[in-house]
Amino acid sequence: MPRQDAAVRAKNFKEVATGYTPEMAAEEASRCIQCPKRPCVEGCPVNVDIPEFIKAVREGKMADAVTVLKNKNALPGVCGRVCPQESQCEAKCTLLKQKAPVAIGRLERYVADWETKNKASMPPGAPLPPPTGKKVAVIGSGPAGLTAAADLAKKGHRVTIFEALHVGGGVLMYGIPEFRLPKEIVQNEINFVKSLGVELVLDAVIGKTDTIDELLNSGYDAVFLGTGAGLPMFLGVPGENANGIYSANEWLTRTNLMKAYLFPTYDTPLHVGKKVAVIGGGNVAMDGARCALRLGAEEVYIVYRRSEAELPARREEVENAMEEGIIFKFLTNPTRFLDDGKGWVTGMECVEMELGEPDASGRRRPIVKKGSEFVMNINTVVVALGTTPNPLIAATTDGLNTTSHGTVIADEHTGKTVKDKVWAGGDIVTGAATVISAMGAGKRAAADIDKYLTSL
Amino acid sequence: MTKLYKILTAKTLVPNIHLFLFDAPRIARKAKAGQFVVLTKDEKGERIPLTIADSDAKAGTVTIVFMEVGKTTRELGLLKTGDSIMSLTGPLGLPTHIENYGTVVCVAGGFAVAPVMPIARALKQAGNKVISILGARNKELIFWEDELRNVSDKLIVTTDDGSYGRKALVTEPLKEILENGEKISLVVAIGPSIMMKFCAKTTQPFGVKTIVSLNPIMVDGTGMCGCCRVSVGGQTKFACVDGPDFDAHQVDWDLLAARQRTYVEEEKQAMENWQCQCGKHS
Ligand SMILES: Cc1cc2nc3c(=O)[nH]c(=O)nc-3n(C[C@H](O)[C@H](O)[C@H](O)COP(=O)(O)OP(=O)(O)OC[C@H]3O[C@@H](n4cnc5c(N)ncnc54)[C@H](O)[C@@H]3O)c2cc1C
Ligand SMILES: Cc1cc2nc3c(=O)[nH]c(=O)nc-3n(C[C@H](O)[C@H](O)[C@H](O)COP(=O)(O)OP(=O)(O)OC[C@H]3O[C@@H](n4cnc5c(N)ncnc54)[C@H](O)[C@@H]3O)c2cc1C
Ligand code: SF4
Ligand code: SF4
Ligand code: FES
Repeated sequence: MPRQDAAVRAKNFKEVATGYTPEMAAEEASRCIQCPKRPCVEGCPVNVDIPEFIKAVREGKMADAVTVLKNKNALPGVCGRVCPQESQCEAKCTLLKQKAPVAIGRLERYVADWETKNKASMPPGAPLPPPTGKKVAVIGSGPAGLTAAADLAKKGHRVTIFEALHVGGGVLMYGIPEFRLPKEIVQNEINFVKSLGVELVLDAVIGKTDTIDELLNSGYDAVFLGTGAGLPMFLGVPGENANGIYSANEWLTRTNLMKAYLFPTYDTPLHVGKKVAVIGGGNVAMDGARCALRLGAEEVYIVYRRSEAELPARREEVENAMEEGIIFKFLTNPTRFLDDGKGWVTGMECVEMELGEPDASGRRRPIVKKGSEFVMNINTVVVALGTTPNPLIAATTDGLNTTSHGTVIADEHTGKTVKDKVWAGGDIVTGAATVISAMGAGKRAAADIDKYLTSL
Repeated sequence: MTKLYKILTAKTLVPNIHLFLFDAPRIARKAKAGQFVVLTKDEKGERIPLTIADSDAKAGTVTIVFMEVGKTTRELGLLKTGDSIMSLTGPLGLPTHIENYGTVVCVAGGFAVAPVMPIARALKQAGNKVISILGARNKELIFWEDELRNVSDKLIVTTDDGSYGRKALVTEPLKEILENGEKISLVVAIGPSIMMKFCAKTTQPFGVKTIVSLNPIMVDGTGMCGCCRVSVGGQTKFACVDGPDFDAHQVDWDLLAARQRTYVEEEKQAMENWQCQCGKHS
């Protein structure tokens, strides 16, 4: 797929990949052999009817392709861009063994973008069923909440989403950067969910503004918790509260949600040093590092305690980052931060690591190399070690079960929690995972909630 | 983006200090003394935290009082009755712990008479004897003197320049009260960080429990970003969810002061940029 040149894109926040041309899309679509067993569909957590939408693309019936896609996936413009297709739908594609799998994600993106450009020529969607008179409160407007809300609205239930921030979309808005997922696309998809009759209440921190029990007592028949995993982890080493040390959440929220890259046109500032070190090796670390580059940093490091082979980030994003000039320091772990005496970070003491026996995660355990301490001079640090669920919901809701990691316990197939009338799904249940797995959880919970509501 | 929160009353209390009464029933229903809101003026605005100075669950209103210190608060200062802002979230933070302690001292520095009011009132209602100290730079900057007096058994007013009340810093009468022999069970001190720090220093030798409301820079106000980290008793806390009230004797004041200065350069740039654009405000 065409992309902006690495040297150019490393200086702007425009989307990296520019998308298929109609000819490229038609050619890619014609590669699909329409397998009767549809293995690709199984690989998709929301079971998009992949062969059918690809067939429609091949035949140039773009409006049909949109309808087929949106039937299962309320956020195709998002998923086509950020799904780890290589480990999901495309991993199951029959053609994988021969040459390359069909580029399902790219085609999905192409179809979604076509819809945005050709709204007018889209036939009106299927009419909504008559209202059931049942009310559902969805907490959180990330992919899990949006999907659950859309599916429940399509069944005729009245759905209200409560969102803590002043903008809907969850991590899609505050975490994933503009250059990977333009915010306009996210808002378009939220508008689609609203067009189904879903009400989105912003600035509502559940647990503070209302509690779950208060919502249930005020007339909601069911609640879906999709509040994600928003609590940042820090290293817990000395000096970590110095100025210039950010959690990835703060760094990305300032940049993406608050648009610090447009400061001072936008009011929210960000302090970007010449040398930036991002700690961690996941998608979040890649995004943090690539933002730093675009914000004007001269040298940007990814500091990761294992080796390249263990990087949990998507390969495509690691390659993008390397191409753009991010410097990777593998087998390195920070042990202490140094400051200038006025509170600003100036350096990072690190140790070198080596890999030992596999640990519980199956990856080789990093072990400190004795006497390997050294200091990296840096002016800004972004800590991207992962996130856990914010304890607010669990702390203010009686009768929810949580694990020692703070995740809410829910049935894998239905999302039902042990608390009456309460379901949960997405990162709040699994810990930080993926957009599409959160959507799958939202879908399964919506189906079970619908079953419950129709049994009332 | 639609502007959802209407300012029912905007007034200037004293130069550079303004009051907004918001139509915000969802927040008013829950607000307790010591909690705050995060507001955003418009699409391009930043999220800033402001303490809830008063709330009326029946009327569905919330009052905030703010001082002009930088671009956002100066811009807000230009809004008038009937204007609206984009976002108002709350109530955030833990409410101040209220019980009948006995005799308590409430210290308010500058604009902080506003955040102190609901706490003093709640302490009074809980049966405490409330002694309040209200300090300002000069006479011109004093507001809500009568309001605070009404919820206190005794009120002491100080000004830095002696233009009104007693010429002193708030710590002087505070120290005298502690020395006086009456048993003081709690001191609540809210104001600029430097004032809170010196109140903490004043009460420490007397071993009197002292609560301060910390004001680090915040973004979301819900525990998501970690921007508001403070160190209390050697442990890192997120002020927006673990506070904003903390034990003054355990606070790392130097860290707080350093972190508050993170964006000094950018704040200056924002002000200059804004002033050039709108010219008429100097
Ligand atoms: C920087 C970054 C990059 C990523 N890149 C990818 C990628 O390329 N591909 C991929 O598949 N996944 C990626 N992920 C992971 C993915 O974004 C998440 O797994 C997914 O968003 C989880 O969805 P969710 O709906 O469970 O939660 P979230 O998206 O976290 O949404 C939860 C929402 O609930 C709100 N909320 C929280 N508490 C409350 C409350 N008390 N009351 C009201 N609202 C509340 C939050 O404000 C938020 O809007 C990335 C994550 C990050 C942070
Ligand atoms: C819990 C809490 C309650 C507060 N209550 C009140 C109140 O009732 N009345 C009042 O006048 N002020 C209050 N403040 C302080 C108020 O938030 C800042 O004065 C305001 O954000 C300044 O914004 P600015 O753009 O006008 O100034 P800027 O020029 O941006 O900054 C001036 C100074 O204000 C502080 N500041 C800047 N941005 C933020 C931010 N996002 N969050 C917190 N502090 C910031 C910094 O220390 C900075 O140096 C409170 C702060 C906190 C944390
Ligand atoms: S939603 Fe994701 S996993 Fe499903 S088909 Fe689309 S790209 Fe593949
Ligand atoms: S497995 Fe691949 S080739 Fe077969 S239908 Fe799915 S996308 Fe087409
Ligand atoms: S302001 Fe973001 S965690 Fe407190």
